[in-house]
Amino acid sequence: MEILMILTVGVLVSVSTYLLLTKSLLRVVLGLLLLSHAAHLLFLTLAGLKEGAPPLLGEEAASYADPLPQALILTAIVIGFGVTAFLLVLSYRTYKEHKTDDLDQLRGSADE
Amino acid sequence: MRTNFLMLHTITRIVSFIILSFSIYLFFAGHNNPGGGFIGGLMTATALLLLYISFDIKKIKKAIPFDYSTIIAIGLLIAIVTGLNSLLFGDPFLTQYFEYYTVPVLGEIELTTALPFDLGIYLVVVAVALLSILTIAEDDS
Amino acid sequence: MTTLHYLVLAPFIMALLVPFIYKGFRHIHTGWFVLALPLILFIYLLSYLPIGGNTLNPEVMVVPWVPTLGINFAIYLDGLSLLFALLITGIGTLVVLYSIFYIANKKDEPLNNFYVYLMMFMGAMLGVVLSDNLMVIYVFWELTSLASALLIAYWFHKEKSRYGAQKSMLITVTGGFAMLAGFCLLYIITGSFSIQEIIAYFGQIDLTSEVLVIPAMLLILLGAFTKSAQFPFHIWLPDAMEAPTPVSAYLHSATMVKAGIYLVARFTPVFGGLPEWFWIITSFGLLTLIWGSISAVRQTDLKGILAFSTISQLGLIMALFGLGSASFIDNIAEVAIIAAIFHLINHATFKGSLFMVVGIVDHETGTRDIRKLGGLMSIMPITFTISIIGIASMAGLPPFNGFLSKEMFFTGVLDVASLNIFNIQTWGFLFPIVAWIASVFTFVYCMIMFFRTFTGKYQPEKLEKEAHEAPIGLLISPIVLASLVVIFGLFPNLLSYSMIEPALHAVLPYTVGLDNYINIYHWHGLNTELFMTIGVVLFGSLVFINLKRWQESTFFLHERDPLNRLYDGGLDGLVAGSQRVTNVQLTGLLRDYFVYMMVFMLILLGWTFFRYDAMQFNFTNVSEISPYLWIITLVLMATTISIPFIQHRVTSIIAVGVIGFLIALLFVVFRAPDLALTQLLVETVMVVLFLLCFYHLPELRKEKFKPKFRFTNLVISIGMGAIVTLLGFSAHAARHSLNFSPISQYFVENSKPLAGGYNMVNVILVDFRGLDTLLEVLVLGVAALGIVALIKLKMKEGQDV
Repeated sequence: MEILMILTVGVLVSVSTYLLLTKSLLRVVLGLLLLSHAAHLLFLTLAGLKEGAPPLLGEEAASYADPLPQALILTAIVIGFGVTAFLLVLSYRTYKEHKTDDLDQLRGSADE
Repeated sequence: MRTNFLMLHTITRIVSFIILSFSIYLFFAGHNNPGGGFIGGLMTATALLLLYISFDIKKIKKAIPFDYSTIIAIGLLIAIVTGLNSLLFGDPFLTQYFEYYTVPVLGEIELTTALPFDLGIYLVVVAVALLSILTIAEDDS
Repeated sequence: MTTLHYLVLAPFIMALLVPFIYKGFRHIHTGWFVLALPLILFIYLLSYLPIGGNTLNPEVMVVPWVPTLGINFAIYLDGLSLLFALLITGIGTLVVLYSIFYIANKKDEPLNNFYVYLMMFMGAMLGVVLSDNLMVIYVFWELTSLASALLIAYWFHKEKSRYGAQKSMLITVTGGFAMLAGFCLLYIITGSFSIQEIIAYFGQIDLTSEVLVIPAMLLILLGAFTKSAQFPFHIWLPDAMEAPTPVSAYLHSATMVKAGIYLVARFTPVFGGLPEWFWIITSFGLLTLIWGSISAVRQTDLKGILAFSTISQLGLIMALFGLGSASFIDNIAEVAIIAAIFHLINHATFKGSLFMVVGIVDHETGTRDIRKLGGLMSIMPITFTISIIGIASMAGLPPFNGFLSKEMFFTGVLDVASLNIFNIQTWGFLFPIVAWIASVFTFVYCMIMFFRTFTGKYQPEKLEKEAHEAPIGLLISPIVLASLVVIFGLFPNLLSYSMIEPALHAVLPYTVGLDNYINIYHWHGLNTELFMTIGVVLFGSLVFINLKRWQESTFFLHERDPLNRLYDGGLDGLVAGSQRVTNVQLTGLLRDYFVYMMVFMLILLGWTFFRYDAMQFNFTNVSEISPYLWIITLVLMATTISIPFIQHRVTSIIAVGVIGFLIALLFVVFRAPDLALTQLLVETVMVVLFLLCFYHLPELRKEKFKPKFRFTNLVISIGMGAIVTLLGFSAHAARHSLNFSPISQYFVENSKPLAGGYNMVNVILVDFRGLDTLLEVLVLGVAALGIVALIKLKMKEGQDV
């Protein structure tokens, strides 16, 4: 399972990197979203999968899944949400102002 | 042509009510079961979003007359004040306390300072989600 | 904390109070409130003077700051520190008093800035001279540079002020940085930052055996030379004259520029006796002395003359400390140290009064240009009297204190030149010659200053204001200083035992058979020194009379120091060069920046794998894969791979949504119910957000990249994927082979007893790591406010962010 997950993470990273390198602002935003997915999955996988019960003490199991990465990932998901929302609105506003979402045309001039 | 949204409106009313109550359950369940401020807040936000989508924004604005940016501030303030509370007892910032009480009807319940802290988070999450979406939706330029 | 610690901190506290005083008592000049502080400090410090049976017992008083690194706020008050501290507070009092009348309390005059900077400087300077710890000295040292730059740029609307401030900042801070490196080398050698411990350590070892001693010495001297405006770093001082005149009198003649000299004096017990120390300080000092005095003759601005004169006098004191370091071999040289200390005091008195006088002339006539001035003798009689005292002292004429120290300077030079150590016999004959020539030029610029300002024809048409005598307030401070010039000139032995001797002991702690009788006389009989002085006066007058002819030569037409061209060119070149480098890498294309980051990560991670042989594979210890998981994972991979090929915006949103929901599903399988819930809800909200935004955004286009670009993108993406996969494999294998125990056991055990919760994830979020969560929602709030600002903020036509 871990091996399969790591391979999935690899695919996610490849695709998101490719999206980041494209010229369309929207694809860049999507790429960042995918990259955060990849990071969450990798983090969870490396902590060990399917080891013990969900981290709820009410389960009264002998061992629990590692709660620490889960807490960190939860924080990361929510922050990722905030960042993605901001980026989306940023690209929306950029498009409204400049009538383009092509990053080549959006480059600043040298004297700025 | 006027589309009749009667079905949609009726179902939305019921469904959003169910989601809202479930979100409040999730919020309170957070300490011992899956749930908590983030999840409860996001779920409340989705319920309200459902209302905004099926009815129009102006109507809902009348029904829910809150300024979400104020709610963000209130939420943050609640969380910080809860954290500051522990300073009074000489403990580090954000130390949480809990105590068990026995109440006649409900039996033993647990009161913890983590709850108001979580409430702050809940408020911020709801307000942030709705504020971002509504701001874009209302932009008419 | 002793009183002396508070003495250093007091000006800083005052600096904090000044803005409130300024706001609260706007109609009273802020200077009056500030004035009390240096006066009190000065009187307090006077009580340490070893007079009337009082003895000065220097000891190190430590307040721990960073004790683990040996950095402590340690105060050490010996004769040398006391001398400097008295100068700082004494001249400080007079300067504050002078500034009250010099800078009028106008409505838009930022007096609060002025006094905050001035107090900051005073505290920092006291810190430099009273600290025993090198790191603390360094901190205060840089603070003085900062305060100096701020004060030079006090009238920051003037282009020249900003130029001067930047120049002084760049040069002195560069030197300070070198000095820091030197201090660190000393720490490596001795294992201590305490000067007294370093002196004790160096007393026991053979200096020549340590390799790092010479580099440390050179670096520290670089700091001292830049601060004390020694050739070729002196170019910042003339430009620093853009500062208000009280500042020039205080920082740029009496105190701050002497910090370098203080440092040299302080380190004389450490490095003294080394031939390198002797030769470097002596030669740079003499070079500065002669360069400064010759340059001063060319100036037409009174403050310019004084600036170069200060440079030359600093060179003189520096050279004397260099010459005096020979006392560690032969104590005949200690007269040079006595002369240095004596001249230090004298210079502060006469140069301080002269700066103030120039300030008065500037204030009352509106110009400092000697071509416009003239005939002020009868108009400003008091100013004239003060100047003649100051100028005569500077020129080295009896009976003023300048004459005494100039005589001692000649004695010191002659004595040391006759020594038979350090190969002095080869080049030593140059010392008296250089000293004499420099004195001639000193005499000439003194004559210029005096005759061009006060005699000759009064030219009211060239002046901006009608000249008249200054108000009494402006005159008090220079009068006090001029009286000191006369008093020290007539009764030099007032200083001998109270100040000079303790300072001498601090500079030369273990010279054998130290001469305990320091008596300074006017009349030594008809010796070489006297003839040298007479020669200076005669030859100097001759030069001054023939000055007209000299002034036509090209040398005299260039007022600015030729070294400035080097500085300006260097600075421009640096800026242009940096811009070129920046323009090469900063293309403004997001893609390029991503490529830099990715390639760097690839190289870094790949190199680490290779270097530490970290690649590991371990396919055992894995959990089994159930059939439905195969389906989820394969669908996930397929959707992911399809995204770059989708040209339709709604389809791509839905595809990304599918990925999000599949990951939520995986979270369920992986025993993370909280994550699954959060992911599901975030994904729902996100889809709404995406749809809203995409509704307004244009349709995705087919990427039109050149094949080469497309290929690079592909290589980088696959490389990133591969390296992350390898990283995952290795981490997974290492986890089992190295047998880590997870730190989360703590949370499993304690979430019930300590936090009273059963859901460990939530307990971590709200209790154990509550601060993280608080800051996280803060981030969310900031993001939301950013969104609102982005949408609601409407630029007017032609307006830009």
